[in-house]
Amino acid sequence: MTILCAGINHHIAPVEIRERFAVPTSDIPNVLASLRAIDGVQEAVVLSTCNRVEFYAASICPERALNGLRNYLHERTGAPDAPLYHHTTPQSVRHLFRVASGLDSMVLGETEILGQVKDAYSAASTNGSTRRTLNRLFQSAFRVAKSVRTETQITRGSTSVGAVAVELAGKIFGDLAHRRVMILGAGDTSERTARSLVSRGVRTVIVSNRTYERAARLAAEIGGMAIHFDHWHREFHEVDILISSTGAPHTILTAEKLAPIVRQRAGRPLFLIDLAVPRDIDPAVNKLEGVFLYDIDSLESIARRTLAVRQQEVERCERIIDGNVHTYLQWLRDSTADRPPFHSSANSHQTPNPAAI
Amino acid sequence: MERYWLVAASFCFLLSFGHTLYALGAGKFRPARFNLAAMIAGFLCGSAFLALRGQQIGACPITNLFEVLVFLSWSIVLIYLLVGPAYRISLMGAFTSPLVLVLLLIALIVPTDAPSTRISHNPWVESHAALSIIAYGAFGLGCIAGIMYLVQERQLKSRTASELLYNLPPITDLSAVNARLLFVGFVLLTIAFAAGIAAGLPVDNAKSATSLVIWAIYGIVLILRRTGRIAPRRIATLSVAVFILALITLPAIQALSVHP
Repeated sequence: MTILCAGINHHIAPVEIRERFAVPTSDIPNVLASLRAIDGVQEAVVLSTCNRVEFYAASICPERALNGLRNYLHERTGAPDAPLYHHTTPQSVRHLFRVASGLDSMVLGETEILGQVKDAYSAASTNGSTRRTLNRLFQSAFRVAKSVRTETQITRGSTSVGAVAVELAGKIFGDLAHRRVMILGAGDTSERTARSLVSRGVRTVIVSNRTYERAARLAAEIGGMAIHFDHWHREFHEVDILISSTGAPHTILTAEKLAPIVRQRAGRPLFLIDLAVPRDIDPAVNKLEGVFLYDIDSLESIARRTLAVRQQEVERCERIIDGNVHTYLQWLRDSTADRPPFHSSANSHQTPNPAAI
Repeated sequence: MERYWLVAASFCFLLSFGHTLYALGAGKFRPARFNLAAMIAGFLCGSAFLALRGQQIGACPITNLFEVLVFLSWSIVLIYLLVGPAYRISLMGAFTSPLVLVLLLIALIVPTDAPSTRISHNPWVESHAALSIIAYGAFGLGCIAGIMYLVQERQLKSRTASELLYNLPPITDLSAVNARLLFVGFVLLTIAFAAGIAAGLPVDNAKSATSLVIWAIYGIVLILRRTGRIAPRRIATLSVAVFILALITLPAIQALSVHP
């Protein structure tokens, strides 16, 4: 039995091409049925995310199945020039394990992909499109992804300014549900950071901007409350997290102004995120007890360091994957020992293959 | 013979601590399961020692400094296991095991296991002594939570996202745990004092005065926290300092203690 994988991803194709391959959730049963109808395909799974569309198949006639798959994609997308890669055993197995572990993702080590792979497998399994070969393959992929996640630091930390800020908020407050957030100056990064905080459970967001309409628009979008810029300091004493990016030419928050507010907080920590250049908040406030100030440089530096750590971890992840590929192939050989030997093709293409379709 | 159980307990705590150091060095720290298993094994060995020693002397095994140190380390692990999984998260076991190990090693190495002629069979006196030590176990764990708070706060202030930052719990949780443990210790110590008074133990001596001072400091810290007049960082610092003070004065208290 051979495992086939054909697809397109963010490495080789821009979104305008990828979107032609995308398979909506509602369409997956039909596509799975079409794949199973291809001559030589015994089992099939479709993985369709914003960054990749991949078709996995188990076949005892890989050449025929691959040709059928190409023809099917040609008909379905009408994109004969689209770059498309395909892998056969063992590269296809390794590829899936890498995908599930986040090693092939746009953001190295991201974990959302594992849930998407699980969903893809679940849809195929529910539609009766998988049997023992792909069942075992995907179960192995989930196990590998878990090992990679727990035994290495590939998922450690965050790699964007917004995500780093949210992670730090978690390390200060733990549960964010009852925290009050204030956005001072509705810039893009502060907006993204606020959205991330809301997605982590923050319910109270106050938005203040020099242009009130912009504050009101953002507040409406994220379910917050807009206030006039002149009134921000009135609400500030109840705030736990301040995201500031006002564009003011001088600091708007100094240690002298903050000290009495900190005393009133009765030990509650205050997290200040200064995204402005020039900075909005006097660096000296970080010396106040219970105040944690991060400016754009410190957040970016953490994000860069995290990415560097993740890149250093890739080798360890690959070793875990290698071991599991070997184990899976051993199982595949043993389980098909009484059948014709599987196609062990080295004919695997990692690079764009415009002629593939 | 029962000392072998103590050696085994020490070995378990050493294993927990060693594993943490190795895992941190290898950059693949996943503490919860192994540390918890090692701590439970160490606790069981410690329990076996105390049970055998108690059977041997026919009283609660806190009759000399050696037994007090063992009982104190056992109490710290007991509180650690009772406080619940939220408290055991991350490096908590790793921070607890070295403290317990040091206490046990002092007990094993320093020759303080002299038979006592002051063994009490009065249940009030035994309750007073045992509860006092368990209270100090809670204070000991409060001290560990305080150290963790100070380490995590330093990480956040320094703006360097090291490995420790990701493995330590949020400072708000550590602060809450720190205060909760001080409260538990304070309540236990208060009950222990009440038991001592019920037993008719004398209160006008240096031992009582020292204990009362420590009790009062913890009480004041808790009141100040309740009224929001002390920052979590200072509570953490005080919980470390007062416990070290209590540990230093423990031999003196033990020497001065009179069990009728």
